[in-house]
Amino acid sequence: MLFDYLPIIVLIIISTGLAGIAVLLGHLLGPRRPTLRKSVPYESGMRPIGPGARRMPVRFYLIAVLFILFDIEIIFFLPWAVVFKKLGLFGLVEMFIFIAILLVGYVYAWKKGALEWE
Amino acid sequence: MFDPINAIAQWLAKLLAGWGLSSGLVNLILTLLGVVVVASFVLIVDIFLVWVERKVVARFQDRLGPNRLGPFGLIQPLADIIKLLIKEDITPVGADKVVYNLAPILALATVLMLWAVIPFAPTMLGADLNVGVLYIVAVGAVGTLGIIMAGWASNNKYALLGAMRTVALTIAYEVPMVISLLVPVILARSMSIHQIVNMQTIWYIVAAPLAAAIFLISAIAELGRAPFDLAEAESEIVAGFHIEYTGMKFGLFYAGELLHALTMGALFASLFMGGWRGPFVEQAPILGVLYLFLKAMFIYWVIMWVKYSLPRVRIDHMLNFNWKFLTPLALAVVMLTALADKALVEFGVSAGSLSYSLSMLAVNLLIGWITLSLLRSYARIERRRVAAPRPAASPEYSGVAKS
Repeated sequence: MLFDYLPIIVLIIISTGLAGIAVLLGHLLGPRRPTLRKSVPYESGMRPIGPGARRMPVRFYLIAVLFILFDIEIIFFLPWAVVFKKLGLFGLVEMFIFIAILLVGYVYAWKKGALEWE
Repeated sequence: MFDPINAIAQWLAKLLAGWGLSSGLVNLILTLLGVVVVASFVLIVDIFLVWVERKVVARFQDRLGPNRLGPFGLIQPLADIIKLLIKEDITPVGADKVVYNLAPILALATVLMLWAVIPFAPTMLGADLNVGVLYIVAVGAVGTLGIIMAGWASNNKYALLGAMRTVALTIAYEVPMVISLLVPVILARSMSIHQIVNMQTIWYIVAAPLAAAIFLISAIAELGRAPFDLAEAESEIVAGFHIEYTGMKFGLFYAGELLHALTMGALFASLFMGGWRGPFVEQAPILGVLYLFLKAMFIYWVIMWVKYSLPRVRIDHMLNFNWKFLTPLALAVVMLTALADKALVEFGVSAGSLSYSLSMLAVNLLIGWITLSLLRSYARIERRRVAAPRPAASPEYSGVAKS
């Protein structure tokens, strides 16, 4: 059972290794002549104003919250879809009720304006 | 049966066992070799994807594209790699060095990791996970992490804004994507991609065209390609999250993006277009690799076609499209597919047969028709609202408008 995951572990090691070697090669082969002007973060040729990491509009976080809301509910769908046939009619009705509950939250979010990009 | 890959594997296994190694160690070595072959094969394909992409965009824009180095410019990507390697490696002031260097590695590695669960041929598959679909969703989400790491660590406003936009887009479109992935899972009654391909005597694109369309649209959004390429809107935020990256680190982002598009093509091919299925594949399983890559390249070409034909969409339109159209549609498709499947099986139509697929197609067409008529009535309301006379700002203004 766990043996099924061996190729994945090997692939994780190999792919990160290969990408790491590529970065390292670029690091080793390229010239290094840093100047003050060159290493300033790019801002259309001006001197950057203020710090680079600044506060972001809250709507990005709102999307993240919506994503978590939906994604966790969808994770429940996946095992249901696999054993869908074994569960019979009961499983189908059950999932319709689950989706109805999900839709209540969805309609609430829509009416509340959480889906708008304002 | 002509199957050189497995013949070589069996020969190697016999050879290694003859040297006195235990069967566990032999298995480990064979797995290592197989994974190295898959990874290097995919990376070589990735290198030539640069050439494919440049040639195709050139044709779309009525140009010739690279044609100087080698036949048809085939050696161009190798020259590009050498150039990227000997470029100066600049780290901006105030960057978080560890995260900054880790981000491009993550961007390429996660895409490569997706290839672990894609079956290449009936007898050639990396890992036959019984949670293959879940693995794709999970590893796809790690790729988003690489983008936000790049944007955050660069100490650049454009990079941070681009990363934020990409992440907002990626995670928003992940919802309809995962829901549409449920449809093949319901049809095949398994989350293993190998099993899903095995069940497709009739391609699932026949039984589930709407789910396939939703998957393709959200895959394009996931890739951050036009018309969803807000993350790299040149006129607004220059290059987005990889603005500060130079040399090979930028190259890794670029290679990762191209490979991601091909990976999405391969996934689409495996889930909806029968993966390695094709004529004579039972006799010669090696042909499966060819079929898979042909289908993947076709989808890749469709993605490029969309990219070079459509203009960029505004971010609020894009998120509206996702939350208010794609997500409810995907939910409706999944539920009606489940209902239709239950009804068909109840009436004695065996899953996977021709009549089953055609009935599913009819259900999909019905959903599509209802969706279109809903959209049409919404558009009519919108047109009426726009065409209605607007209140004038002031008497002088309306006077000017009349003359």
